[in-house]
Amino acid sequence: MTRISSANPHRPDPVLTIDTAFFWAAADEGRFVAQQCGGCDTLWHPPRPVCPKCLSKEKHAHDLSGRGTVMSWIMPVHPPAHGFDAPPIVVLVETEEGLRFVSNIEGIDPRAMKNGLKVEVAFARTKGGHQVPIFVPAEEA
Amino acid sequence: MPNPGNEACIVGIGQTEFSRASGRSEQQLCAEAILAACEDAGLSPKDIDGAMTFDLDNSDEVDLMRNLGTPEMRYSMRTPQGGAGSVTTLVHAKKAVESGLCDVMVIWRAMNERSQYRFGQPHTAVNPKGMSSTFMEWCMPFGAQTPAAWEALSATPYLERYGVTSEDLGRISVLFRQNAATNPAAWFYGQPITLEDHQKSRWIVPPHLKLLDCCQESDGGVAIIVTRRDRARDLKQVPARLLGAEYAFLFNHEIISDFYEGDLAELANSVRVKERLTAAAGVSPAETNVAMIYDNFTPQVLRQLEAFGYCKPGEGKHYVADGHMNLDGKSPLSPNGGLIGEAYIHGMNNITEGVRQLRGTAANQVKNVETVFMCSGVAGAIIGR
Repeated sequence: MTRISSANPHRPDPVLTIDTAFFWAAADEGRFVAQQCGGCDTLWHPPRPVCPKCLSKEKHAHDLSGRGTVMSWIMPVHPPAHGFDAPPIVVLVETEEGLRFVSNIEGIDPRAMKNGLKVEVAFARTKGGHQVPIFVPAEEA
Repeated sequence: MPNPGNEACIVGIGQTEFSRASGRSEQQLCAEAILAACEDAGLSPKDIDGAMTFDLDNSDEVDLMRNLGTPEMRYSMRTPQGGAGSVTTLVHAKKAVESGLCDVMVIWRAMNERSQYRFGQPHTAVNPKGMSSTFMEWCMPFGAQTPAAWEALSATPYLERYGVTSEDLGRISVLFRQNAATNPAAWFYGQPITLEDHQKSRWIVPPHLKLLDCCQESDGGVAIIVTRRDRARDLKQVPARLLGAEYAFLFNHEIISDFYEGDLAELANSVRVKERLTAAAGVSPAETNVAMIYDNFTPQVLRQLEAFGYCKPGEGKHYVADGHMNLDGKSPLSPNGGLIGEAYIHGMNNITEGVRQLRGTAANQVKNVETVFMCSGVAGAIIGR
């Protein structure tokens, strides 16, 4: 079940570029994806127009499991983050596939935050009606 | 070095006052700093034939020429990557004058970074002039919008692995402010702080960065003149020989958003710079007499100390606490007070201080300085007498 947070109604919209629009379009559909090379199947994030491993320009969106681990977390409290009524918790998540994403975590008290926390993907609405992938603490298996 | 007369030297340094409201244009700060550097060197602006600054700088060689009457440029270039590019300017200047692209290169950075715009405030543009070395679009929608936030996100794995506490970071800040307190050019001249002051300062980015872990936002200009050693002989100052200047940037790394590659607890680019710089200069950073280490935020000092070989991974906090970086220690740290204590002219005021230390003319002069190390993450340089 995909959760969609509306906790930050003024959250900035994603910036769409030619090379990254697929990622945000997928997120709008509730899919958490990464670029996969059409030549050698390697996954990359952030996306890029050419695969640095095999130099192929062929690529497509690959659905990720949505599960990962917090590598780093912070709370930018001052100056206030643009678009956030309260300081967000910013996380660097390494997914099961070994890719790293800057994102947010919701549904946890900052005092309970720690690196190594298992998380799973959710989505959050932006001010312009887009969705971006965020994370929540993983359900116990 | 096959021909010693060909070796690049820093022969002039200049700076404006450092403030929070310069009251004049960035172009004027640029011109004033360059004039001061020319005066220091014993050169005329008409002697300049090479120009370099940051891609972030709002002045260019056209401004320089129309203000200072420089008749002809033979070479000009800009370096990316913000403050990380500060020591990179010396890499380019060394090669430019040694290869003969130009004879007298001026490097400058001039900005009203406090009064005209605020670097530390949230950035919302995709590439806030950090260019493609920092892919900010992956941070903006999540509220990571300031240099402090980006730095903290990359530093946390290091701080937690080695149990670095806020007090450990505070000791670095106290040291910078202690040095600045006796440097009349420093913004924080006469204003030392205690560890308690650091601990009481407001949170900027919990759980690690407090206000006093952050460098300043400053107005001011700095200029440096580089030429070859044979030309330097006729000038006013004892030349600061550029024994080595190296830059390294490794695959899949970024500048301040360096989150995506390798073990975040180590600075792989800096380790590579150290290896090449030591080979080029014939002396390692830790063997030099003064350490001018880029201090945008306190964790960056510890990470560079370790990457550049002053101590083993995780020992940076002890290296500082044991006094090795005090003015009378074996590796005095930024006697000008660094970017935290003196001013944040994007790292360039640490280069001018390195030159003063070598000349023996600094406000907080270290004794018997033969060599000085300067670094800004992806670049390092060693100057010697």
